[in-house]
Amino acid sequence: MGLVVFMVSGMSVRAQETPAVLAPRTAIVVASKPFGESYLLCEMFAQLLESRGIAVDRKPGLGATEIAFAALRADAIDVYPEYTGTGLLAVLHDSLTDSLAADPRRVYAYVAQRSAEVFGVHWLPPLGFQNTYAIAVTRQTAARLHLHTLTDLAREGRSLSAGFTADFIGRADGLHGLARVYRLEPRTVRPLAPAVKYQALVSGAVDVVDGYSTDGLLARYDLLTLVDDRHFFPPYEAAAVVSPRLARTRPDVIGILGLLSGRLDEALMRALNRRVEVDGESVHDVAALTLRSLGLVASRRTQPVVANDTRATFPEYMWAQRSTITGLTLRHLELVLVALLAAVLVAVPLGLALERSRVIAEPVIRGLGAIQTVPSIALLAFMIPALGVGVVPALVALWLYALFPIVRGTYSGVRDADPDAVEAAEALGMTARQRLLQVRLPLAAPAIMSGIRTAAVITVGTATLAAFIGAGGLGEPIVAGLSLADSRLVLSGALPAAVLALLVDGVLALAERIVAPAHRRRRA
Amino acid sequence: MTATALFETGAPLSFSARAVNVHFRDTIALRDVSIDVPAGSCAALIGESGSGKTTLLRCVNRLVSPRTGDISIGGADVRSFDVAQLRRRVGYVPQHGGLLPHWRVLRNAALVPALLGNADAIEAARRAMSLVGLDPDRYGNRFPHELSGGQRQRVALARALAATPGVLLLDEPFGALDAITRADVQGAFERLRSDLPVTTLLVTHDLAEAARLADQIIVLKEGRVEQRGTFVDLMHAPETAYVEALVSRAISAASSLVPS
Repeated sequence: MGLVVFMVSGMSVRAQETPAVLAPRTAIVVASKPFGESYLLCEMFAQLLESRGIAVDRKPGLGATEIAFAALRADAIDVYPEYTGTGLLAVLHDSLTDSLAADPRRVYAYVAQRSAEVFGVHWLPPLGFQNTYAIAVTRQTAARLHLHTLTDLAREGRSLSAGFTADFIGRADGLHGLARVYRLEPRTVRPLAPAVKYQALVSGAVDVVDGYSTDGLLARYDLLTLVDDRHFFPPYEAAAVVSPRLARTRPDVIGILGLLSGRLDEALMRALNRRVEVDGESVHDVAALTLRSLGLVASRRTQPVVANDTRATFPEYMWAQRSTITGLTLRHLELVLVALLAAVLVAVPLGLALERSRVIAEPVIRGLGAIQTVPSIALLAFMIPALGVGVVPALVALWLYALFPIVRGTYSGVRDADPDAVEAAEALGMTARQRLLQVRLPLAAPAIMSGIRTAAVITVGTATLAAFIGAGGLGEPIVAGLSLADSRLVLSGALPAAVLALLVDGVLALAERIVAPAHRRRRA
Repeated sequence: MTATALFETGAPLSFSARAVNVHFRDTIALRDVSIDVPAGSCAALIGESGSGKTTLLRCVNRLVSPRTGDISIGGADVRSFDVAQLRRRVGYVPQHGGLLPHWRVLRNAALVPALLGNADAIEAARRAMSLVGLDPDRYGNRFPHELSGGQRQRVALARALAATPGVLLLDEPFGALDAITRADVQGAFERLRSDLPVTTLLVTHDLAEAARLADQIIVLKEGRVEQRGTFVDLMHAPETAYVEALVSRAISAASSLVPS
């Protein structure tokens, strides 16, 4: 079969240089970053391509800028929506003179040119709207302190506490820049997840938050956006960015995606985001209606508008989502079991080998422990250049995390197994192999199994993060729910994940009792 | 000569060490040690911890390799045997018994004959248990932790004897027992030796125990043999001040137990 594939591809190369045949992958991978507007644009790209008969593989909610862009330049994904300001500051790590930065078209031209030169990544013409950072306060706070501009805010800064996303706090075009340009120094700055930021603001826990100018949630909470009177924020024009492979080989796809260029504006985006983030409409439906109203997709009443289910109780909601949740749970379990099995197959022999050469045992185990301290998101991001996005890098990362507890359990379990008994077994003529199989491993079994249990529970938890690199699983609704401030969506992933962790732990607890040495089993 | 040929008869074998020197990294554990133990007799190795008595014992079943010198059993150098075969033919009882905790008592006792591939391993284990005064029907099906300390040491002794070894090594086998249990197990061992002559090397720090059980006593100090002889020899003609002190301490400890 491999031979046939080889021959076919070989012939087609000789016959004609058809890019689509040369490409190993047929479906176009359309991705997004994990926030509402990005999901929506991703879905619009996907439906637009599908309406022209092009197969699409959706990977919404990839990590953040670093992961999405790394995946794009490695051809692991083909297209996702990005913003020129982000491209300039967070990807190119560049800056522009003030006069240049004030002109959106010149920023776009510069970013597009540099991205193509440096990464081979291409920016399609802008979609037609900007989504810049917006600093927001409640109307009551604005009225009380007479706040209209960021200069006003800086004046009152010392009396205010801020709740900003971690992204904003860390970025040069975020808090650092505001402090430099406006001398804004809030009394306290709390890093807050997007999902809780607005609740924190309206409940009075913080006085000021960062948001996006097209953010549907700004409208939901009736917040006031302060004017950037010194033009600090660069233009953030939205555009589709496409991978080097796609730019090289699929002019047809580029052409179709280009149909959206210039067709969206800020008022429209704000309204669309609001429908998704505030009214709880599905991203799929909003994208479909928008494409139809823009005349890009033929009007077909294929499906009746689904009744807004925001009033459904949580159990009803979960029941309605049961097939989705079941599918995600199975994928999650698949990730966990494959990673765990591979880890057991490597870690148990490794633990045994280390016990026989103890000089290198400590350094090796410490090295594996160090992997444990790498934040999961960072580890997942490291996988992308070599392994792309999807299931494989997620499995490798989960496997790496699972190694440590199992190696340590095996090593210390075998090392510490009843030394008197092990020595007597040697002195009475058991061979090394007999001692291992008949004495040391049976006595170490509880420690090995408890290592496997720890690894399993860690893996169930960490696997939720696999959604950030498009591997699916129960992290998908969690990431989407956090981005859309939809707690039901979060729970629809988090609850099954918690149940799964308990189940896996329970099954392994049973296994632990079965492998326990006879004398311990009897007492239990 | 193969281990099988030498050991097969089940008869006790003589033991000798010739000019044995053992070094551990930067310390010298044994210096020029030579002893002879006639077949069927019992020799006690006595000394403080660090005197080298356990090291000498471990040279016999090759858990320790001397730097120089020869160790032989029945006239054959221990290095001439396959190491696992040698160990299966030399009985060994460590201080804490070293029973396999996950095996039932009878299986523990049958370990060595089973390793030797004897078809009647279980039968041999049952005989050995009876020999040390444990009813195999009553105790054989228990796990070691279900026995008392004295019973566990008897099982360890039965395990060491089940394959009728040519030489028996006892490393302070009664040391971890309380006084009454110790006297009890010592008595069992004494009775056993009258039924079953087995060449025995007994490591102990208790001179009274050595006097009770051994035909000859070898006093070790800092890796050297201080004196060899019977208890009467040591008492009447101590060759060094150390031996004299050892004897007088043992006597005063014994007399303090006599009711006034």
